[in-house]
Amino acid sequence: MLDKIGIAKRIAKEVKDGYYVNLGIGIPTLVANYVRNDIAVEFQSENGVLGMGPFPFEGEQDADIINAGKQTITTLPGASFFDSAMSFSMIRGKHVDLTILGAMEVAQNGDIANWKIPGKMVKGMGGAMDLVASAENIIVAMMHTNKAGESKLLKKCTLPLTGVGCVKKIVTNLAVIEVTEKGFKLLERAPGVSVEFIKKATQGHLIINGNIPEMTLE
Amino acid sequence: MISKKVANVQEALKGVTNNMTLMLGGFGLSGIPENAIAQLVKLNVKNLTCISNNAGVDDFGLGLLLQQKQIKKMISSYVGENDEFERQMLSGELEVELIPQGTLAERCRAAQSGFPAIYTPAGYGTEVAKGKETREFDGKMYVLEHAFKADFAFVKAWKGDEAGNLIFKGTARNFNPNMCGAAKITVAEVEELVPLGALNPNQIHIPGIFVQRIFQGNVYEKRIEQLTVRQKN
Repeated sequence: MLDKIGIAKRIAKEVKDGYYVNLGIGIPTLVANYVRNDIAVEFQSENGVLGMGPFPFEGEQDADIINAGKQTITTLPGASFFDSAMSFSMIRGKHVDLTILGAMEVAQNGDIANWKIPGKMVKGMGGAMDLVASAENIIVAMMHTNKAGESKLLKKCTLPLTGVGCVKKIVTNLAVIEVTEKGFKLLERAPGVSVEFIKKATQGHLIINGNIPEMTLE
Repeated sequence: MISKKVANVQEALKGVTNNMTLMLGGFGLSGIPENAIAQLVKLNVKNLTCISNNAGVDDFGLGLLLQQKQIKKMISSYVGENDEFERQMLSGELEVELIPQGTLAERCRAAQSGFPAIYTPAGYGTEVAKGKETREFDGKMYVLEHAFKADFAFVKAWKGDEAGNLIFKGTARNFNPNMCGAAKITVAEVEELVPLGALNPNQIHIPGIFVQRIFQGNVYEKRIEQLTVRQKN
C-alpha cells in the first residue's frame, strides 16, 4: 500500500519529456519533487506562471510571485508570467499536456466530483472545472477509500460533479486504474496489495484482465 | 497624449455609489487594488456586487468591505480563508455566485473585447450550467456564458504612466489586465507612476485606451497569504 509520497512517485512516472503540466493542490503538488531530472518539464500554475521552481529561500520570498495555492514560489530560467485569460487559454486550448488533480469521487464513466459537499461550507471550484473540461490527459491522485472506508471509485458519483466523462487515469494508494468505456480497468497493484483487496475497495465496475503486475516507483 | 492621471484615490473613485457592480483584480491577496479597497471602505458605499476571483481574508482585501457589510453579492471562483465571509454566506446576508476561474476571466475579457457571450466547456454537466444555454461543437458540449456588465473596474499594476499604459509584475498580473476596459470606468492604481516616455512601448501589457483613471497608490502592504520557504543547507 502506498502513502501520499508513494502516489506522487508513481504519478511522476507518467510525466514525460517535453510536457507542460498543471498540478492541483495536495498530493499532485508533491509530484514535482519526483519527476526525473533528465527530462524537460515545465509546471504551469493557473494564476499565471509557467516554469515554476521550488519555494524561495527564507527572506527571498516575493508577494508578487505565488502559485495557485497562494504559496510563495520561485521561477526557473525560461519561465513566463501571463494574465488569467491567457492562462486558461493554455488549459482550455489543450496546450497543457497533463493535468494532475485530487478528487473526492470518480465514477467508472470518468465523471469527477472534487469541489462541493452539500451542507458543508463551499469554497468554490477555482480552476478545477476548466481543467477537467478541457484537458485530454487527466490523472487523478487520491486515496482509494475515504476515512469511513468507503470506496471513492464509484458506479456513479454522489457528490455534485466537477466535470463529466473526463478522467483517464487514477493513481491511488492501492492501484493504477485506467478509465475505459467499460469501466475501471486495473493496470497495476500497489506493492503488497492483492487484486482481491482492490476489488473489495472498488464500488464501480473493475475490469481485471490476466495477471496484474505490481507497480514500480523508481 | 490623453492624460488619465488623477491626483489621488479620492478623485479616482469619484462617482462610485451604492448598488454598483465592481470588478476587482487580484488572485488571493496578490495584485489586489489595495488603495481603491481602502477608499471603498471610507466611502462606505453599500449593496455592492463584487466580481473578484477571491474575497480576501478577514482583515485584508475584500474582507474589509465584508466587515462593514458593504457587499450584497460576490461573484468568485474560490472564497475560502475568510470567516466573516462564511458567516454572512451561511446566514444568507451575502449572496454568492461561484463560477469556474477560467470562465470568470473570459467573462471579463468578453466585456473588454465587445463579445456579448462566449462558449466554454467548463462546467458542462454540472450545476454551474443549470438553466444556461448549451451547444454542441464538433461532438463536444459547451455552455454559453455572458460578458459581465460592471460600473467600475479597479485594477492594480506595477508601473504605469499618465497615458494609462500599464505593466504588471509576476503573478500579481492575474485578472487585472482582463478587467481593464471591461467596465464603464477602469481605475488603475500603480506602485510607480513613471514619467511619460519612461515605459518602453514594446513592453506595455495594457495600452492606456483601456484605462480611464490612473493614480499612484500611497502604500502597498502586499500581504503574503501562504508563506512557504525552503532552508539553505
